[in-house]
Amino acid sequence: MIANVFGGYFLRRLVGSAVMLFIVMSAVFVADRNIGDPARMILGDTGSEEDVLELRIRMGLEDPWHVQYGRFVAGLVTFDLGETFRYGISKPLAHGGIPESRETLPIAAERLPATFLLTGVTIALSVLVALPLGIWAAVRPRTFGDRLVNVLSLAGVSIVEYWFALILILLFAVQLDWLPTSGFGTAAHVILPALALSLRPIGRITQIARSSMLDELAKPYVTAARGRGIPLSKIASIHALKNAAIPIVTTIGDETINVITGVIIIETVFGWPGIGALTVDALKIRDVPLIEATIFLLVLMVLGINLLVDLLYALLNPRVRLG
Amino acid sequence: MAAEVAPEVAAVEERQAWVTSRDLAVALVREPVVLLAVVFLAVLAVAAVFAGWLAPYDPLMPNIFAGRLPPLSEAKGMTGAVQFHVLGTDALGRDMLTRLMYGAQASVAVGVVAVAISGTIGTVLGLAAGYYGGRAETVIMRTVDGVMAVPSLLVALFVLSLVGGGLVNMVLIFALVRWVVYARLARGITLSYRESSFVEAARSIGATDARIIFRHILPNLLSPLLVLGTLEVALLILAEAGLSFLGFGLQPPEPSWGLMIARGREYLREAWWMITFPGLAIFLTTLSLNLLANWLRTITDPVQRWRWLI
Repeated sequence: MIANVFGGYFLRRLVGSAVMLFIVMSAVFVADRNIGDPARMILGDTGSEEDVLELRIRMGLEDPWHVQYGRFVAGLVTFDLGETFRYGISKPLAHGGIPESRETLPIAAERLPATFLLTGVTIALSVLVALPLGIWAAVRPRTFGDRLVNVLSLAGVSIVEYWFALILILLFAVQLDWLPTSGFGTAAHVILPALALSLRPIGRITQIARSSMLDELAKPYVTAARGRGIPLSKIASIHALKNAAIPIVTTIGDETINVITGVIIIETVFGWPGIGALTVDALKIRDVPLIEATIFLLVLMVLGINLLVDLLYALLNPRVRLG
Repeated sequence: MAAEVAPEVAAVEERQAWVTSRDLAVALVREPVVLLAVVFLAVLAVAAVFAGWLAPYDPLMPNIFAGRLPPLSEAKGMTGAVQFHVLGTDALGRDMLTRLMYGAQASVAVGVVAVAISGTIGTVLGLAAGYYGGRAETVIMRTVDGVMAVPSLLVALFVLSLVGGGLVNMVLIFALVRWVVYARLARGITLSYRESSFVEAARSIGATDARIIFRHILPNLLSPLLVLGTLEVALLILAEAGLSFLGFGLQPPEPSWGLMIARGREYLREAWWMITFPGLAIFLTTLSLNLLANWLRTITDPVQRWRWLI
């Protein structure tokens, strides 16, 4: 019975996310078709009219817009978002003709593991630091320690990630030579980018953990438990934390999405071969099919995390899934 | 617990409809960190607005005699006069302090103007959705959910890469993606007041919808909106700097804090001051705004206000 209701809720949310993805990608489609001639941009001023026309036919740009849109929508479903004629193509264009091409979605998809790794390490680090810190502050409200945690968490929220990243590089990579300045491969490479990305989620999760624990600890059952002689630390970590978990889980989800946006800049700074750096590269060279592929995957990730958070929310709070 | 009840009872007696400016001043003095933040923001605002009069040098004019000078250096200017550079110079010999002041102009303009536009649109739509309900509410709130589902920075990055950067485009795109947060807040609060007894009383003596919305519901929205708006200014200043850093926001030679960090990155090893000062400027501005918002939230909440005023 409960499984049924829950399944229905899940299905509704899944369909909602799919519709959302469809709308976003349609907006991207419309925008991308209004920035000039992609074929001319690829071939440059030196490309002959015949080559441009041939490339337009090959890219499907000569078809009526509804045929193009139909193909685009079909591509979304079959995970085929067209081919790029620019990114990672080595053949020079100097002597005319049409350049080689590559499928865009595989190019973008092979960047995902690096981004997952960076996001995962960042969020794990953030939760491990922020949760104990928030609870620690909540059991001693308005003391010096609590105020210090409050100001520090606000400082974390205010940090300029890429600037902090550069300062970290300057300190640990250039001055002390302990860690690599950029790149990918070993465990040492992930430390600086994850550190740079984690300050904001640490700040925000600490604040939410602190405030929701404070609210929870003010409730009568806590007073009753204390009256029975149960130590506050035990009440906080066993009873109150479970009840305070809903806003904390929601915040962790929101922060995961923020980190996925944050990787766009941080991956560029650290030369991290993830989807964020690829997105910036694709936007800079105005590679329309590759832009569509990277945005598709980024939005897919964000919607997936939103869905996951809603599911966790429903698991933690029966009123949501039954209502 | 007992210690906490007593002041709250006192607070009920002292509870006022409005915080006077004297109350605010008293509360500020008692919280030195927030006071410092407010002073910093005031200095920043003056520096930004009057940069044209206060800045020591020209923000755009290069000086071949003064490339990459460390803080507290003297150099010969292009006119021959000796110039003093408190915070050093950038790669083209332009005074860092001057460029920071003009950069503040860009940050403040983007933050404040975009928040004013998005805040007005969002509040009006949220009020309408919450008060009238019906199909308009469904359409507005579905749009809000949709816009919120996609990260604002990604949308801004995409649109700016298509239409080009610049101050006006940034303000417009931020207004377009951020109105939703105000709409959600305004609708939520409006809903909770729509059926309240004071609104019912106003309606029963014949008050019009407009009067109820603007005279009875809107005042209840102002404090939370003020807090949210302050946080949003901080968020947008960060976003402006980030987009400019990536090359999609303000374009050189415009002075922007994010652009200054991007340029300084090329001289990371040789000239630490080129990234340190603009980064500190952004950090201290957002931190001050966050501290201010945090404090405003407490001071404008009648239940929590006693902690600061009594």
